[in-house]
Amino acid sequence: MHSLLHALSYEFMRNAVWAGVLAAVLCGVVGPFVVVKRLAFLADGISHAAFGGMGACFYFGLDPLLGAAAVALGCALTLGLLDTEAIRSYDAVIGVLWAVGLAVGIVFVYKTPGYAPNLMTYLFGNILLVSRHDLAVVVALAVSVLAILAVFYKGIVAVAFDEVFAKVQGAPVRVLLTLLFTMIALSIVILIQVVGIILVVALLTVPPVICLMFLKDLRSIIAGSVLLGVGMTLGGLALSYAYDLPSGPAIILLGAAVLAVVYAGRKLRGGIRPSWPT
Amino acid sequence: MTQPLLEARRLTFGYHRGDPAVEDVDLAIYPNDFLAVIGPNGGGKTTLVKLLLGLLEPWSGDVVYNLPGRKGRLGYVPQFSTFDKSFPLRVGEVVLMGKLGSRGLLLPYTRRDREEVDRVLARLDLTDLARAHVSEISGGQLQRVLIARAVISDPEILFLDEPTASIDAESRQSLTALLEDLNRRIPIVVITHDVTAIAPMVRHIACINRRLYYHAGGELDREMLEEVYGCPVEMVVHGVAHRVLHDHPQAHHHPER
Repeated sequence: MHSLLHALSYEFMRNAVWAGVLAAVLCGVVGPFVVVKRLAFLADGISHAAFGGMGACFYFGLDPLLGAAAVALGCALTLGLLDTEAIRSYDAVIGVLWAVGLAVGIVFVYKTPGYAPNLMTYLFGNILLVSRHDLAVVVALAVSVLAILAVFYKGIVAVAFDEVFAKVQGAPVRVLLTLLFTMIALSIVILIQVVGIILVVALLTVPPVICLMFLKDLRSIIAGSVLLGVGMTLGGLALSYAYDLPSGPAIILLGAAVLAVVYAGRKLRGGIRPSWPT
Repeated sequence: MTQPLLEARRLTFGYHRGDPAVEDVDLAIYPNDFLAVIGPNGGGKTTLVKLLLGLLEPWSGDVVYNLPGRKGRLGYVPQFSTFDKSFPLRVGEVVLMGKLGSRGLLLPYTRRDREEVDRVLARLDLTDLARAHVSEISGGQLQRVLIARAVISDPEILFLDEPTASIDAESRQSLTALLEDLNRRIPIVVITHDVTAIAPMVRHIACINRRLYYHAGGELDREMLEEVYGCPVEMVVHGVAHRVLHDHPQAHHHPER
């Protein structure tokens, strides 16, 4: 414990803690929508596509975080405003964005002269490398996501629940869906810093999946997911520091362990809530 | 004659190119109308209603709304729930969404909205389920929840797709009473296989099998049904004579209920 407190005397560790907490709050807020509306594939796709923006920015000497944000937003708008009647399926489009983004990123990184950046940092994240500047970007993104949800909560919940009915009620379904995708995209950019591209989807889904086993309404699931997410992130960071583990995987594995224990406990006592996603 | 609230003109739409599901349909809905839409499976009943609701874009033709209200609200009770039942919402919150369009999207629901939810739930015998999760209720209960959600939106026309399909006799009574009440103010359009359940209220009948075959009085005759269904149709009358089905010889052989 003493050594953990000592760790907080380093600025990089304090930045890491702040970034982790913000990321966890966003996961808790956005994750339940990803789980209940079954958007995990969309989230994963945006996350991988964002690598294209990071690679390009790296090549041109710009901030990779901004590149990731631009591409993630572009994907959210594309998917939100896409004419779903005209295309075969969302999944196929997401698959294309995913692969093209990743390929573009790898090409740019390959062509970047001189020191080749460590791909692993982006793919698996390294929260300990979050700079003061990164933290400022993270705060701005987090505020944007929370603002969107606060303003459009009623409409976003309605569209997440039942698009057809929302449309009959005269709600602008495409716009609200695009806002939901935008919230997911912006959160993903922050999460890439914390757990990396590949592990983003786990941080979005694990806390809400645990909460869905106990709670019945969306607001309490959001609140519960925020708390669980913060616990997971800080706990993972502590494990990472104490046992010299990579931070992203430490956070995810801690969450997965909690999920497994809770699920087994519920199962043994007989009864998982029916809202467990099947 | 009074102005129709909604008018479909030469409506054509299909899900596959060159294969229209609904063709050249002209239809008008007048104030206080009670329209039963009947027809064989796959005949385009639900498609027609979705076109009238603006959920589908017609290939050709128009739907013209002439609703007095500012926003032109329509109510829709789908045959199958269009949402995922594992979604973490309670029954009361689902019904509350009927108030989505009433105050603009950015303002939260009000206490009056919630009180109205309580009233509609009571009317449909759902009060005990208000705090139940949507995945915990039966099919018939869910259907009543969907009806409550549509009714609370204060629609100017109410569309129901097979509302009596999975509802037991007792609930059916409170449903028909509710529809009768609503019909004093607004027109109601019901897709149904079972006209007898709502027969006393029906004013017009539309038979659709790709084309609209009939849409005038409240009476059906056998030739028309056979044309629509494309096969001989047995006409059976239950109970007292009513406006939907002609009295005819077979009825006398059928045991009275």
